[in-house]
Amino acid sequence: MTERSEEIKRHAPVVTRPDEGGLTTVVPLAPPRRLVDVTVDGEPVRVPEGSAILAACSGTPTLCYGDTLTPKNACRVCVVEVTGSRTLVPACSRRVEPGMEITTDSERVRHSRRLVLELLGSSTDLSTTPGAAEWSEEYGAWPERFGPRGEPSTDRDARHPGAHEATDGATAATVAQPAKVDNDLYVRDYGKCILCYKCVDACGEQWQNTFAIGVAGRGFDARISTEHAAPLPDSACVYCGNCIEVCPTGALSFKSEYDMRAAGTWDESRQTETTTICTYCGVGCNVTLHVQDNEIVKVGSPHDNPVTHGNLCVKGRFGFQHVQNRG
Amino acid sequence: MAKKTPRTPYVRLTRPLVRDAGELRPASWDEALDRAAEGFRRNVEAHGPDAFGMFSCARATNEMNYVAQKFTRVVIGTNNVDSCNRTCHAPSVAGLAAAFGSGGGTSSYQEIEDTDLIVLWGSSAREAHPIFFQHVLKAIRRGTRVFAVDPRRTSTARWADRWLGLNVGTDIPLANAIAREIIHAGLHNTTFIERGTSGFAEFAASVEPWTPAAAERETGVPAAAIRELAHAYARADRAQLCWTLGITEHHNATDNVRALINLALLTGHVGRYGSGLNPLRGQNNVQGGGDMGAIPDRLAGFQDILDPAVRARFARAWGREIQPRHGLNLTDMLAAMGAGTMTTAYIIGENPTQSEADAEHTVKRLGLLDHLVVQDIFLTKTARMADVVLPAGAAWCESDGTMTNSERRVQRVRKALDPPGEARDDIEIMCALARRLGHDWHYERAEDIWDEVRSLSPIHAGMTYARLEERQGIQWPCYSEDRLEPSFLHSRLWETDPEVRGRPAPFAVLRHSPPVDRLDQEFPLRLTTGRRLDSYNTGVQSGGFASPLRRGENVELSPEDAERLGVVPGEQVRISSRRGTVTAPAFVDPALRPGLVFMTMHFPDEVDTNSLTIEATDPIAGTAEYKATAVRVEKVLGPAGGH
Repeated sequence: MTERSEEIKRHAPVVTRPDEGGLTTVVPLAPPRRLVDVTVDGEPVRVPEGSAILAACSGTPTLCYGDTLTPKNACRVCVVEVTGSRTLVPACSRRVEPGMEITTDSERVRHSRRLVLELLGSSTDLSTTPGAAEWSEEYGAWPERFGPRGEPSTDRDARHPGAHEATDGATAATVAQPAKVDNDLYVRDYGKCILCYKCVDACGEQWQNTFAIGVAGRGFDARISTEHAAPLPDSACVYCGNCIEVCPTGALSFKSEYDMRAAGTWDESRQTETTTICTYCGVGCNVTLHVQDNEIVKVGSPHDNPVTHGNLCVKGRFGFQHVQNRG
Repeated sequence: MAKKTPRTPYVRLTRPLVRDAGELRPASWDEALDRAAEGFRRNVEAHGPDAFGMFSCARATNEMNYVAQKFTRVVIGTNNVDSCNRTCHAPSVAGLAAAFGSGGGTSSYQEIEDTDLIVLWGSSAREAHPIFFQHVLKAIRRGTRVFAVDPRRTSTARWADRWLGLNVGTDIPLANAIAREIIHAGLHNTTFIERGTSGFAEFAASVEPWTPAAAERETGVPAAAIRELAHAYARADRAQLCWTLGITEHHNATDNVRALINLALLTGHVGRYGSGLNPLRGQNNVQGGGDMGAIPDRLAGFQDILDPAVRARFARAWGREIQPRHGLNLTDMLAAMGAGTMTTAYIIGENPTQSEADAEHTVKRLGLLDHLVVQDIFLTKTARMADVVLPAGAAWCESDGTMTNSERRVQRVRKALDPPGEARDDIEIMCALARRLGHDWHYERAEDIWDEVRSLSPIHAGMTYARLEERQGIQWPCYSEDRLEPSFLHSRLWETDPEVRGRPAPFAVLRHSPPVDRLDQEFPLRLTTGRRLDSYNTGVQSGGFASPLRRGENVELSPEDAERLGVVPGEQVRISSRRGTVTAPAFVDPALRPGLVFMTMHFPDEVDTNSLTIEATDPIAGTAEYKATAVRVEKVLGPAGGH
């Protein structure tokens, strides 16, 4: 845990409140970044100073890492070996240092990634997680070895810390539960949630600052929840959908996607993605329209866009229906 | 709780419509275009080109706006072209252009994150510009101080270090008092004032009566808060002043904008990285529409239509002389319709019968036209009045082109969907009309139009589609294909060499002019209007999706006023102004001070808020005073609402 808090601290910006009246410059401008030489599996690689190791190793699996968020180090699927380091390190948050020797494909790394994928795969529905099937194959993950999956439960939202009951060991404990469909815009299917916390960070202080969701419960009963597990329309949610934008597993999805998957009509191979400009206010948000059969089925935004950084408001993300009310 | 049936969402127009025996009926494209063109020709032949008015669309692409103003100036031969920027930010453009020569916000969103102090004046960005506000939030998290100046304690104000809750329409006294305090404390930037400005002495003398105490009496803002904002703004290394319609929807809006510009000139908070003046625009291409010349007084790239050399260059490219005078703006066009001098109009993607102040009056004026052509994606209330209705594509997702945002960033718009039924692209329709009126216009691709714009507008010259794609948009000005300009404007004002510096930015001497619609015993409450997070303007677009946040129109009252009137939340109340009366459910909002009432304009088919508002317009920019209406709120007698 000390490792994690240190990593977070290093990411924290310098905040110095000015005196009353405000004389000082409180927001320093970033200096230009130098390049740093490291080796990855013996090959020399050059990346900007201050980057995470991930920037030097393409193809590394990630789940809780978000390119617009401060690393949370929750899933540990991106771990690599660094020469001289006692433990495996998360590539998403450990910064490169000059001369660092990084190994991404040792047996120790493969074993760790396999175990992470097996534990997640046994307890969570990864069927809509991009990359999960390929990584499981690549690392030989076999979640079924923990036994058949336990029954879905309907009382997860009511479990108090300390009330967790261990299973008999014959079945794999799961977070399976009914999807929450409580509004017309998006669905929360927490049977697919790996607790990466990205939605909480996007809703909270890193982007939206609405704080509609947080982590409730402890241990295996931990879950993402609104206040008192209220349905979204009774919560602080403003339906920006920035949580959907960062969700790595499809636990959070557009209702249009959820309904089409249920009907068996969701087909990404027939979809186009076109980035254009939102039709509402003058901020100029870039919206990426996912279109299937001339219908907008989902809306995102490029994460590297200087206007949005991947974020939208309720109108930009969900306010597209008027163009396809075609009578 | 009393609840009206929500309006059925608008359905896309898929066929052209023409009016026969008073009724609109479906028609072929040929018939509709022939009729549209014939009506324009008839009116122009009978009354001259100035009998024609074009309402261009602030939500269509730059390319579409360029073609619309070219159609007006070349095919018809008048400068009567404008767009709904008139109802929102025309005063910002006018004020900025008067001070600096160009009408865009001076900074970039990144500079909002990198500044030390942000003043949000008459702007509820948290609700009206949520993604802009995310840049503000980044800044707040990094230690930037925020002051909110707004009659309402909005969700934006809740994020601010200080909220200055001024009385509606007292922006100039507040700004002048801040200026006076800065000068008296010796915090004005003498270097910048000497180099980059003119008229300081007269300005300083003009603000002298606005002592903090005098300003407190007029604005309702405590003198200590005025002093604090003055000192914080003047002493910050970098400071941003941002505003929205709380500044511009007033009868003296251009003066309001100039009052804010004065503060930046006084402190040198313009023309440097991190310091600037930023109007937050309300439509996705309201900046671009003006930039393209779809306004009555400028040609593409903010070039002055009164300059003979500019006109000559456009005339050479277009093959027709341009009228050497300003055309009518949207407000004047409506007046000309009333006076009978404008007899035909081409309205593209606008809904003035519901968006204009004093809406009933607007309906009457449009009703006087001999020939009205409306081109839209929906059969709006305005389209239902037309002689010919042309079904268009939705620019943002059914066409290719560019749009320009509030930070002057020109960005690519890309076609993701095919328009429904027989609906066609705006540009294709205008070209078809132009051909019927004797101009053989063909544009194969949006990029061809853009390249024509680049050849005529120096500030866009360096923005090829390839570069826009590669850089995710480029801010104007961009003069050359191999260079980028700084993200902020007007650094020239800091230069030591007067030659390089150019025309200094003038201070404006401003007189306080309270709202036209006076409060009295009969109409004792001040109604102000605005947007809510999930809705948009007249609700034609945002009514199409099922927002869980939407609660329909309410009249929002302070707890004190609600108690005085004996009104409980949800109860139907009658709201009357000197022009009209509507009923709406009451909503009690502790963010309102006693005497202040708030409504939106999102649900005009249920509650027509703009039948209350006053059409007192800014003499320079023509924007109406939506933000300050005198009203009376009463309980509805008889059977109270169904709760």
